[in-house]
Amino acid sequence: MQTSVVSFQARVDAALADPTLKLAIDRTTGTAERKRTAAVAAFPQFEAARDRGKAIKDHVIEHLDHYLLEFERNATASGAKVHWASSADEASRIVVDLCRRADAKRVTRVKSMLGEEIGLPHALDAAGIERFETDLAEHIVQLAGDRPSHIVWPSMHRTREQVSVMFKKAHRVPHREETIEAMVDSARRELRDKFLSADVSISGANFLIADTGATCTVTNEGNAELTTSPPRMHIVTAGIEKLVPSLPHAFALLRLLVRSATGADVTQYTTFHCGPRQPGDHDGPEEFHIVLVDNGRTKMLADAGLREMLRCIRCGACMNHCVVFRQLGGHAYGGTYPGPMGAVLTPVFDGLEQSRDLAHACTLNGKCQEVCPVNIPLPTLLRGWRDRSWRDGLEPASMRFGLGVFTFVASRPRLYRLGAAVAVRVMRLFGLGGWIRSMPGLGAWTAYRDFPVPEGRTFMARYASGEGRRS
Amino acid sequence: MASPRDLLKPSTPPRVALFVTCLVDAMRPSVGFAALKLLQDAGCKVEVPMQQTCCGQPAFNSGDTRDTAVLARRFIELFEPYDYVVAPSGSCVGMTRAHYPEALAEDTDWAERAGRLGARTFELMSFLVDVMHYRPTGVTFSATVTYHDSCSGLRELGVYEQPRALLGAVGGLEVKPLEGNDVCCGFGGTFCVKYPAISNAVVSEKAAAIERSGAQVLLGGDLGCLINMAGKLRRDGSPVRAYHAAEVLAGMVDTSSIGEKG
Repeated sequence: MQTSVVSFQARVDAALADPTLKLAIDRTTGTAERKRTAAVAAFPQFEAARDRGKAIKDHVIEHLDHYLLEFERNATASGAKVHWASSADEASRIVVDLCRRADAKRVTRVKSMLGEEIGLPHALDAAGIERFETDLAEHIVQLAGDRPSHIVWPSMHRTREQVSVMFKKAHRVPHREETIEAMVDSARRELRDKFLSADVSISGANFLIADTGATCTVTNEGNAELTTSPPRMHIVTAGIEKLVPSLPHAFALLRLLVRSATGADVTQYTTFHCGPRQPGDHDGPEEFHIVLVDNGRTKMLADAGLREMLRCIRCGACMNHCVVFRQLGGHAYGGTYPGPMGAVLTPVFDGLEQSRDLAHACTLNGKCQEVCPVNIPLPTLLRGWRDRSWRDGLEPASMRFGLGVFTFVASRPRLYRLGAAVAVRVMRLFGLGGWIRSMPGLGAWTAYRDFPVPEGRTFMARYASGEGRRS
Repeated sequence: MASPRDLLKPSTPPRVALFVTCLVDAMRPSVGFAALKLLQDAGCKVEVPMQQTCCGQPAFNSGDTRDTAVLARRFIELFEPYDYVVAPSGSCVGMTRAHYPEALAEDTDWAERAGRLGARTFELMSFLVDVMHYRPTGVTFSATVTYHDSCSGLRELGVYEQPRALLGAVGGLEVKPLEGNDVCCGFGGTFCVKYPAISNAVVSEKAAAIERSGAQVLLGGDLGCLINMAGKLRRDGSPVRAYHAAEVLAGMVDTSSIGEKG
């Protein structure tokens, strides 16, 4: 999916001007932060688990070729058909072709950010295949005709009040009471026959287990089971970085994932799929397909400045704790993935030229890395994009000129002293009662904040004249 | 060559270079003099290398690694002769300690020199507590204060307990907890002028939290963040005043608070 063409600044302005959006963001991220803090506090081995999670992912990334082939061998032995897709387009084409071959009129989907990444909802719609999102939040996103704004809570940009209005308009038998339970029941009534009548189901995977060829999908609503059991074909799409050697490794990462994402102790539903329906099984698909997607991942693997991003287990903790995300929500980022992890990933998918703002719109405060369950150095990776942007000549000429002049001056102490003294004097001309309310060149600051007037002579000047010295 | 352990053992008295930082030099020299006094009181022989300028953080965070390297090499040559380098800023020290080796990674010799100097470079309050085992005596400041933990100091250098230990030795001081004390204030160096509207939204929430703390005075260890928060409080018409913690610890709060007409 391409980054939206509307400029970053325009998206930022729209987000900051929307108080309902802010209310929705604060409700979700506030709860997420509180619950994660409690869950981590109640799990004294969290740091050890975090080290182990990082080690597992690093090991797999280091030996990805080995585990990919092992997974393919075991998945094929279980009766699954494994497909390889190098790009987003190729991946969605494989899925659409499989649906067509199965003569699918109706497909049900289990929420998958990889599906969004490869543009699957759009590709299915364009192919004229009726698509139903079965995750409650994705159902809301589909009804509203917009895009996920968070990787765990795709409709977190909507308040429950907005959702209530939407359900009443769209559902056949909508809720009468304004409670969350009644609204969930309304969605359940609306979706139930879709689950049962779909021809093909499509899901993502949180883990691909190499030694069994099984896939593992985590949901809060149990919709992965219900979606994937009745249809005659089940298609899994997954990024190649989702591999783990064996089941215990998946569990080690699940402990981190659930605490970091929702702050619960265990996932509500952890669904495993291994091959199609076998003789004697009561249900399950006749055909089981797994589409392994590269889409820039092997490029990241070969790039020391991005490789660590492949550890990401898509928990969303980085965005829940990001001061910028908490002001803007996910849509302002313009890509599939928002927040700090999205700011690192989006230039990989969409190119740096279109998305260079993302790495800059960050205070580099480090909170995202602090809460990351696999300790990804997100600020370092974001700064890495700034380096590339500078080297590729994408930074504004004014910035390049300004920093060039600054470095020239800062390499010459006498010139620097003079510059500081002049700056102080000029600022003192604009000061009133100790504060500057506006001044040419300081507009970005003084539009929102006062700027203190410098005390007077610089430290270096005062020190040079003997102040502060003890014999 | 001295082992790392020897390097942490101060010669008596240790020869300390004060890195004043650009913002303190130009905006609020009183923080520099407070740092000077605290280091002297703690028993250090303090010198202020007159050739010092900027650590290069604005260039580094803009992606301009080449200019960063120019200023980093300059900084290393200038400060290498001292036992320790101390600055009243977690942000500038984080730059020299955590990021110089990255900025100079292409040249192993320089990267190693950066690493060795980094091990002897400290944020002021952590140096006073961890290396000099210093506590202020006879200092009073009768006020209710709240403390903001600036991000670089907190996360890159682990500065958290040290300012609290030092402030605990100040008479008359009541410290009120600050909700979200470890949440970024929205300053972020060049971020605050590149994306002023986002920065404003973040600092507005910080200012509201400071107001809710009930404190009369805001303290912190980084002038950039303090100017951002003080400037927002002032624009909002809040009576909360702001000082760098070093000014309180040095008993130098007779100077006006940040932005207060002196």
